[in-house]
Amino acid sequence: MSFMKTILGSAAAAALSATAALADPAIIFDLGGKFDKSFNEAAFQGAQRWADETGGSFREIELQNEAQREQALRRFAEAGSNPIVMAGFAFADALSKVAPDYPDTKFAVIDVNWLSMPNVRGIGFNEHEGSYLVGMLAAQASATGTVGFVGGMDIPLIRRFGCGFAQGVKAVNADATIIANMTGTTPAAWNDPVKGSELTKAQISQGADVVFAAAGGTGVGVLQTASDEGILSIGVDSNQNYMHPGKVLTSMLKRVDNAVYEAFSQGDALKTGNFQMGIANGGVGYALDEFNASLVSADMQSAVDAAASAITAGTLSVHDYTSDETCPALSF
Amino acid sequence: MDFLTLLQVLDSSLRLATPLLLACLAGLFSERAGIFDIGLEGKMLAAAFLSAAIAATTGSVWLGLLAGIGASLLLSAIHGLASITLRGDQIISGVAINFLAAGLTVVISQDWFGQGGRTPPLLSGGRFEPLNLPGAVPAKEISQAGPFMQLYSELFSGHSLLVYVALLMVPLTWFVLYKTRFGLRLRAVGENPAAVDTAGISVVGLRYAAVCICGILCGIAGAYMATALQAGFVKDMSAGRGFIALAALIFAKWRPWYALGACLLFGFFFAVDNRFQNILLPAWVMSGVLLALGCGLFAYVRNKTLLDRIVLGGLGLGLAIVATLITLSNLSAGLDSMIKIPVVFIQSLPYVLTVVVLAGFVGKAIPPRSGGVAYVKEK
Repeated sequence: MSFMKTILGSAAAAALSATAALADPAIIFDLGGKFDKSFNEAAFQGAQRWADETGGSFREIELQNEAQREQALRRFAEAGSNPIVMAGFAFADALSKVAPDYPDTKFAVIDVNWLSMPNVRGIGFNEHEGSYLVGMLAAQASATGTVGFVGGMDIPLIRRFGCGFAQGVKAVNADATIIANMTGTTPAAWNDPVKGSELTKAQISQGADVVFAAAGGTGVGVLQTASDEGILSIGVDSNQNYMHPGKVLTSMLKRVDNAVYEAFSQGDALKTGNFQMGIANGGVGYALDEFNASLVSADMQSAVDAAASAITAGTLSVHDYTSDETCPALSF
Repeated sequence: MDFLTLLQVLDSSLRLATPLLLACLAGLFSERAGIFDIGLEGKMLAAAFLSAAIAATTGSVWLGLLAGIGASLLLSAIHGLASITLRGDQIISGVAINFLAAGLTVVISQDWFGQGGRTPPLLSGGRFEPLNLPGAVPAKEISQAGPFMQLYSELFSGHSLLVYVALLMVPLTWFVLYKTRFGLRLRAVGENPAAVDTAGISVVGLRYAAVCICGILCGIAGAYMATALQAGFVKDMSAGRGFIALAALIFAKWRPWYALGACLLFGFFFAVDNRFQNILLPAWVMSGVLLALGCGLFAYVRNKTLLDRIVLGGLGLGLAIVATLITLSNLSAGLDSMIKIPVVFIQSLPYVLTVVVLAGFVGKAIPPRSGGVAYVKEK
């Protein structure tokens, strides 16, 4: 028995040192799953782009439940992966426990910008700015003057989307009505397309003719119902215009892929600290491609681009819900 | 709230209640025969996946439906084998089925379609389209129609075929259980299998039949979610509906018509939660309603058992305290200032109501006497 232990031990040590020498980067996807066509998928695309361009390889895991967060982090850190990228705000607690134990490993976490640790890179996005732009498009495309917002789990981050969206709508049409709904208060709210559909139908019956989904996998149901019922929808995080060509007005892009790509490219020399990605540095924006070209007129585009450059120049500031937990344009 | 809004909420309730109702009736058959089934959730999920996968590859929703029923039947057979033939623990077998379905659907789907545990979106032939009953007004003109026309077009028309199937299942279940010889035997096998055995009827055969019916109904429920409500499968899309169906089953005291009522009630709560997330009420109305509810609960439980008094009395006390707090905190701003009901409260309403209803109002819910017990023939 002890002989077996020795053999297994040395084999494990050999395996560990082998991986440590390679120092491949690793990425941990959140509960929505790698192919949620949205946030996590954007992160995966960034990692994949890095792998395609450099020929390198990376390790990955999709979490199945909350308890795996710390476990997965420690396992990658023990195995010598460096840097370790996490997709999602929910990693903040696990990371603040794990990071001090592995001072030589660099961590990057997306949607968390409040940790200050020597080996952690926090990347926050100005979702309110991107949502503001798609809100302007929504208000210009709406004939009824009523637009909808379907959020996933009711957390401040999603309210930031909703609040930015509402401000954009009001900027174009001050009398517009915004119907905001959240799918739920548990992580199951990211994966309930049936409820997403029902929320959308309820919003349509209240007059909404453009619906913005910031709800992960639930958004699939929102976009589907919007397409079935003949109204427009707006996708989120990844470019979702292709999902229902001619029915998706635009997508609020959150360049999670760029953030992951950059973290992987810097490798173990990753610059730590907190970074904020907004319109000014290409972190957020709206999607325009062949699938929605017919929906976005030149007027709409020039109005939105003007707002984008005003935000970049600092002459227009979009209120951030998370800064004071209030929203001037929408009550949740 | 106008009449049309009410109709729209009821319409949505019906859509949301349908998978619950099918799963609830499935559980009813199984549990009436003495086989507890925690695995409703897993069967629905497996059926949802396979129906969407087959409908996506063949383009035929009917083949999809059959495949969904097949997947659910397969899991039922596993449950039957474990709990009837091998006399294993029914709860454990059910839980295992849930895990199996949650994992396998994603793994197979990823291998098959490579879209991360989703199926490709279904095109028109691969879905159950809404059926518009003759004479129904299209949705765009409905607000101008008269109230009866609105009722007909909004609530009765425009559902997918499976909704009507689910509703028809209720009288059918009632008829089978209470008016046929098979139903009598099925109920007897859940109460006293030894007596059924003494009469020379196969307990094992009857229980397998019940588990099979359960599988078929769960299969329809799953296919309804993936091919009628949605256009494709998404991982974990059953989102706990199988467990809510189980709660509805207990609420319904294992009876088909009550099951319809229970499922419609749950569907209604979910619809209300979807539709009214921002309700503004004057403070005095809110505290008044809460206080009245609290007092009503106190009055109701005065002559009840100790447990009822603790649970419902405690809830009543909680409501009264909340009412007082609302009143106090709004004294300065004036009692007619508008306050918002928290979204969280409305979203938790279906679950809170389940507890309240089960704890106090349903009376005694007595499960089939031999439920959960494997039958061992005396030697």
